[in-house]
Amino acid sequence: MSRPPLQVEVVAADRLVWSGESVNIIARTVEGDIGILPGHEPLLAVLVPCVVEIVTADGRSESLAVDEGFISVAHNRVSVLAQVATLGHEVGLEEARREASTLEARAMQGDADDDELHHLRILQAQIRAGERATT
Amino acid sequence: MGSSLRELRERRRSVSTTKKITRAMELIAASRIIKAQNAARAALPYTRELVRAVSALASVHDIEHPLLVDVEQPKRSAILLVTSDRGLAGAYSANVIKAAEQLHAKLTAEGQEVVMYITGQKGVAYYDFRRRPVQQSWTGFSDRPTYDNAREISKVLLDQFLRPTEDGGVDQLHVVYTRFVSMLTQTAAAVRLLPLVVEDAPAGPDRGSEELNPFYDFEPDAETVLDALLPLFVANRIHSALLQSAASELASRQRAMKSATDNAQSLIEQLTREANQARQAEITQEITEIVGGASALSE
Repeated sequence: MSRPPLQVEVVAADRLVWSGESVNIIARTVEGDIGILPGHEPLLAVLVPCVVEIVTADGRSESLAVDEGFISVAHNRVSVLAQVATLGHEVGLEEARREASTLEARAMQGDADDDELHHLRILQAQIRAGERATT
Repeated sequence: MGSSLRELRERRRSVSTTKKITRAMELIAASRIIKAQNAARAALPYTRELVRAVSALASVHDIEHPLLVDVEQPKRSAILLVTSDRGLAGAYSANVIKAAEQLHAKLTAEGQEVVMYITGQKGVAYYDFRRRPVQQSWTGFSDRPTYDNAREISKVLLDQFLRPTEDGGVDQLHVVYTRFVSMLTQTAAAVRLLPLVVEDAPAGPDRGSEELNPFYDFEPDAETVLDALLPLFVANRIHSALLQSAASELASRQRAMKSATDNAQSLIEQLTREANQARQAEITQEITEIVGGASALSE
């Protein structure tokens, strides 16, 4: 590919989670999944809790779980902003699974409120990201 | 004579124990302050990106949003006062409470009703003692606030702000916190957080033409993006106020404990001198008595 790779920064509210070069980023906005390749037009999109997958310039893939946030693209710079972002290998899988299953049970019975449902979606994203990092 | 010597020694011992404690607190504050500063620094990239996104929106659209609407005749205001949980930090809490009181008086003079929100045990105690109402308070994180704390607070405050004034909502939100200027200077500051003031892109010569705002595509659309973005912006402002206050609190505590340690040291020196004098006086008196007794015998 002739275009220079994207400069990516993933920032959470309290830290810079990941930064580096990437040739492809996949994230989920409120409208659906979106893939960003180098040279993408300027964009500002709202993310839902999801797994953001970043394919780095050397072909590796990095998975991150993000809470609701934004992705902004301009001048070949991409920044993913989320209140909470977790790298796949940082996820405590056991604990996340346990918590998710209790919340799922509540959600099935219709007891869970919006906050809990939201938290469940984040946990599910974290589990997916964690699984991808370990495989 | 003998009893005064013992008293002096006891006092010296107790002062040196106190000194050990204040010295330990000084060191603890000093090590935590580095952590607090790092936390404040780590939050900067997020703030930077957030500001960039907001100004990108502001430059493209004439934005209208409930969080941006300035009420002409505000009737009710909320103050979020950020204090510490623990004392022994010099005038830290007193200063920030004083700033809040000034703002309170100013708003009341303008004919507004003031609703108080407080973080930190010290502020809560101040208002409780004076039996003044506090709408809601949060405690337990003043020296190491997390983003979750800020999120919780901003959620409550945004709810309150977006409610119509007739239902007890507020028209303005002020934050009173302590700005960390340097290790030696921390100043209490009152800022108006809501309604937000969005500045146009910090366009300027310093950022180069390449950074001029591009024509963004908004997904799904500009209003939705703004809707999602502004609450994050508010939470971020509160987070940064909490972080700055935490660093300020620790810096004040370190300074207060350092001067306490210094004072204890000079007190110890003074007491040692007095104790030595008393001991010398005792010895002299004993010698005088012995000599006097011996010469009485030989006569």
